[in-house]
Amino acid sequence: MAYPEKYKYTREHEWIEVAGNQGKIGITDYAQNSLGDIVFVDVPKVSDKVTKDAVFGSVESVKAVSDLYSPVGGTVTEVNETLKDSPEKINSDAHGAWIIKVELSDPSELSSLLSAADYEKFIAEETGN
Amino acid sequence: MASSTSLALRQTALNATHRRMGAKMVDFGGWDMPVEYSGLIAEHMAVRTGVGVFDVSHMGDIQLRGPESLNAVQHICMNDASRLQVGQAQYSAMLYPQGTFVDDVIVHKFSDNDYLIVINAGTREKDFQWVRQNVQQFHCHANDFSDYYTQLAIQGPKAVETLAKLTNLDLSTIKGYHFKWGTVCGLPNTLVARTGYTGEDGFEIYVPSDTATSERVWNEVLEAGKEFGILPCGLGARNTLRLESAMALYGHEISETINPFEANLERFLKLDKGDFVGAEAMRAVQSEGGPKRKLVGLEMIERGIARDGYAVLNATGKKIGEVTSGSPAPFLKKNIALAYVPVEVAAAGGEIAVEVRGNPVKAKMIPTPFYRRPKKVA
Repeated sequence: MAYPEKYKYTREHEWIEVAGNQGKIGITDYAQNSLGDIVFVDVPKVSDKVTKDAVFGSVESVKAVSDLYSPVGGTVTEVNETLKDSPEKINSDAHGAWIIKVELSDPSELSSLLSAADYEKFIAEETGN
Repeated sequence: MASSTSLALRQTALNATHRRMGAKMVDFGGWDMPVEYSGLIAEHMAVRTGVGVFDVSHMGDIQLRGPESLNAVQHICMNDASRLQVGQAQYSAMLYPQGTFVDDVIVHKFSDNDYLIVINAGTREKDFQWVRQNVQQFHCHANDFSDYYTQLAIQGPKAVETLAKLTNLDLSTIKGYHFKWGTVCGLPNTLVARTGYTGEDGFEIYVPSDTATSERVWNEVLEAGKEFGILPCGLGARNTLRLESAMALYGHEISETINPFEANLERFLKLDKGDFVGAEAMRAVQSEGGPKRKLVGLEMIERGIARDGYAVLNATGKKIGEVTSGSPAPFLKKNIALAYVPVEVAAAGGEIAVEVRGNPVKAKMIPTPFYRRPKKVA
């Protein structure tokens, strides 16, 4: 699975795609594959605040629950409502199925995130492959 | 969330096959086992609607053989093995003197002086030690046969048609919880038992555990089931299938601190059969008016999934119990759980709450099993 180069990544397996001061956040293909069949996505409401590296929600598969960590601080501007009824979209297209959109409060926070190449190196180390 | 494998993990004869087929592997009770292949939900549905095959070779097998083997079985197991005919199997359990579980088991009667007890993987060594110590007084030998068998579970409404292609046995003559020996995949004297852990019809077959034979049988089962959409299934689906059927799992619903009354398994506890390990303590529980807590089935009412270990709360938010197994139920499409609560709460029924990640989420107590397979019309 190719990790889009235009995205930035966290060590907690989220991605963010930024345009201007708007960011779209989702989880990586590695994360969806580790979780297995996703059945539930718990997300904040529009206009809620999110904090960099803090939990903003969770995704649950049949067998496990996993926290979602925000790559940046900001304000939620939109929630992907289609995931409410079709959370499996994250399994079929993890890098397309964004979970929330945020307005970034501090774009400089992006500099601490991983590039696609660094993220791939990171998961290779994590899995020992 | 990554799983890692260590060299110390034990492997079944099919380990390389699972890896080659792309299974996700996990450490299960010290065993490197497939948790899923194509996906837990697809595997679960294959077993409910068609057929699935599981490698359950990590299960242990203890033979009790000798003129006093029945007495030995009766002494260490809570069900009444004297009721078994040759070719019949029985759900049972081994108890400690205080009446809590060593393990739950299936007892197979091979002959008047030969029984096979199938035990859980995570408790193999402990169980074997326990059996050996406790049958010393009887004229019988306890032998650990665990490593001799590759055990495959072929489960689902199409299990009969799948296995029928591979054996000379007339499978319709093997009733539930019975077994026969026959030729399977060209292997003579293969044990074929109509048992399982999925709530579906199905079989467990025991073949020699060398890699070549194990791989050949595994592949022949997959080939035979192809027209029914057979899927290789992992421990993930095995867990959700048994949970929908409300079957106990060691370390969850049953353990060294839980007794059969609490676990709703008293129908397998035969206190009138005579003395056995744990009987006295269980008679005491009975004469004291029964257990203090009971296992109940829960269905989540509000959005949220109960997970193993989550707290059960009463209306005022006080913790009154604990979830032992909780999961989305792929066939029932509900979020279900098994949990221990005080007997008076279990008797009253109705609504309670489960603390899901800090928030109380409403659930109701419902009868178990959550799922019962449809009766055959034909």
